[in-house]
Amino acid sequence: MDFGSIIDAAFSNAFGPQAIVFALAAIGLNIHFGYTGLLNFGQAGFMAVGAFGLAVAMVRLDLPLPVGILVGLVASAVLALILGVPTLRLRADYLAIVTIAAAEILRLVFGAVETKAVFGGSNGLNGFTETWNSLNPYSKGIDVGFASWSRNDLWAMTVGWVVVALCCLLTWALMRSPWGRVLRSIREDEDAVRSLGKNVFLYKMQALMLGGVIGGLGGIFFALKQASVVPSDYSTNLTFFAYTALLIGGAARVLGPVVGSMIFWFLISGLGAFFSQATSGIDPLIPASVMTDTQASLIRYILMGLGLMLLMIYRPQGIFGDRKEIALDAR
Amino acid sequence: MPVDITSAREALAALPNDPGVRKPDPIVVGDDITRTFGGLKAVDVQHIEIQRGVITALIGPNGAGKTTLFNLLTGFDVPDSGSWAFNDQSLAKVPAYKVARLGMVRTFQLTKVLSKLTVIENMRLGATGQRGEKFFPSIFKAFWRAQEDEITSRADDLLARFKLDKKRGDFAGSLSGGQRKLLEMARALMVDPELIMLDEPMAGVNPALKQSLLGHVKSLRDEGRTVLFVEHDMDMVRDISDWVIVMAQGQIVAEGTPEAVMADQRVIDAYLGAHHDADLSEMDEEALAAQVEAEINAEENEA
Repeated sequence: MDFGSIIDAAFSNAFGPQAIVFALAAIGLNIHFGYTGLLNFGQAGFMAVGAFGLAVAMVRLDLPLPVGILVGLVASAVLALILGVPTLRLRADYLAIVTIAAAEILRLVFGAVETKAVFGGSNGLNGFTETWNSLNPYSKGIDVGFASWSRNDLWAMTVGWVVVALCCLLTWALMRSPWGRVLRSIREDEDAVRSLGKNVFLYKMQALMLGGVIGGLGGIFFALKQASVVPSDYSTNLTFFAYTALLIGGAARVLGPVVGSMIFWFLISGLGAFFSQATSGIDPLIPASVMTDTQASLIRYILMGLGLMLLMIYRPQGIFGDRKEIALDAR
Repeated sequence: MPVDITSAREALAALPNDPGVRKPDPIVVGDDITRTFGGLKAVDVQHIEIQRGVITALIGPNGAGKTTLFNLLTGFDVPDSGSWAFNDQSLAKVPAYKVARLGMVRTFQLTKVLSKLTVIENMRLGATGQRGEKFFPSIFKAFWRAQEDEITSRADDLLARFKLDKKRGDFAGSLSGGQRKLLEMARALMVDPELIMLDEPMAGVNPALKQSLLGHVKSLRDEGRTVLFVEHDMDMVRDISDWVIVMAQGQIVAEGTPEAVMADQRVIDAYLGAHHDADLSEMDEEALAAQVEAEINAEENEA
């Protein structure tokens, strides 16, 4: 058993680009679910639209990188608008149904044979990272002992963590303001807010768009860091893993989604490396009669689910959440 | 501007006790308002006027349509037909939040305090026209700090008046039922409404707090606001209302001063007389006990 490589996998991913993708997705969900109480189960759709907006603009239309990013962001804002207009007047669960369906529709459309000329079919699109790579100031990767990253990872991490920090700053500024107060009040009771003269629909729309755009930013970053956009990456799993990250860190807390994503990737990668080592080799730690190596690659998700259940039972507020805020609800 | 209560009362006392009677200075006027739920006509009001500057009580048995009428007037529900106006401005198809901004603010039968916000944050939310509630200006504190300070000091004054100042930093969810009613009323005042509509302000409030709540409702009128409230507590209705509107089965069946309405045969028939849950007098109880005893004896004899 090589504990060094397990620790390396855990830490490299906890600070690596994948954690940044999840952090951005979860920051968006935090604005939706944590602060406003909107159940968006289609964050993967917002991310896909952001990523494909970027890729289509750059690959098909030959637009430069900044314009591509802008197209991706605008596309996710437009998606929020389209989904919000019919559903935000309805009860919260309708938004959940519509968003999860929309995300699936988008993924299938992006991967369809019929739209291959635009979205590239199930292989997706690539070849849009020339500018992105040319801006990379690093000449080689780095190994800090307990973690290691490639040259491309370092560049993605530099940009990514700055973007995450800016998004956190924006969330903090908004949520301490009277605007954030209205959102948190809508989460508690829409009718009370309405009776005090606030246009609830407008606030919910603004929240849906903001969180969707941050999710779109996550999709754009996802596309850039792996140099391709593949429809199957944007499945419903992505949304629910982002929710898991959010709940681990604590909803309605500025840093909750960020720390949650890091812990999520620390555990997923660490457990993955551990079980893959424990079931491989001539004389594995866990014999094949108990668990084969294909089963080992899945057990981490089962443990993650179990962990999430235990978290919800014993610490529903997550790591940063305020027990008092949550406990009151358990009346 | 506060209305002279004595002269307003005299003017009202001179009116006939007819349903939908015209008032000298109505703040709300409604015509032919109907709302059906399935086959049930929950509200069917031909004409209603609410006098400005006084306390009007809306009473009636359960299911009379009082709360539905509240919902319709404030834009929380949409009527099948009808027109109504607040200060001569038509409110048909006006959304609830705009109704509130116009100065017609309601509270709810089941209190809607925002339990995971502190008491002071609940209060601050009530203020209208906040610059910091707009998306882009909210990002920079400089745009809204001064206004927020002003709102906070107004909120603190109101909390002191409603004796909630000690609860300022507590989550609203930790308040008792009566304190929630007080907070909801205080928060509605942050909107600075001309007409405040209270849906069962006394429900679930302990007797000690009831007296102070009565005082608060009166003080709303005394500072020039119009009050409309739904209530089952007849003592409260008698104590503080200047005018009473009685509803039954969706319609207004009678109106008048509290004294006149309580003596009205139509009201006794529709509401007061049919008051099954009223306290039984000692004599009634003895008679009832004797009757039950006789019935049991009769059954035993048969067996």
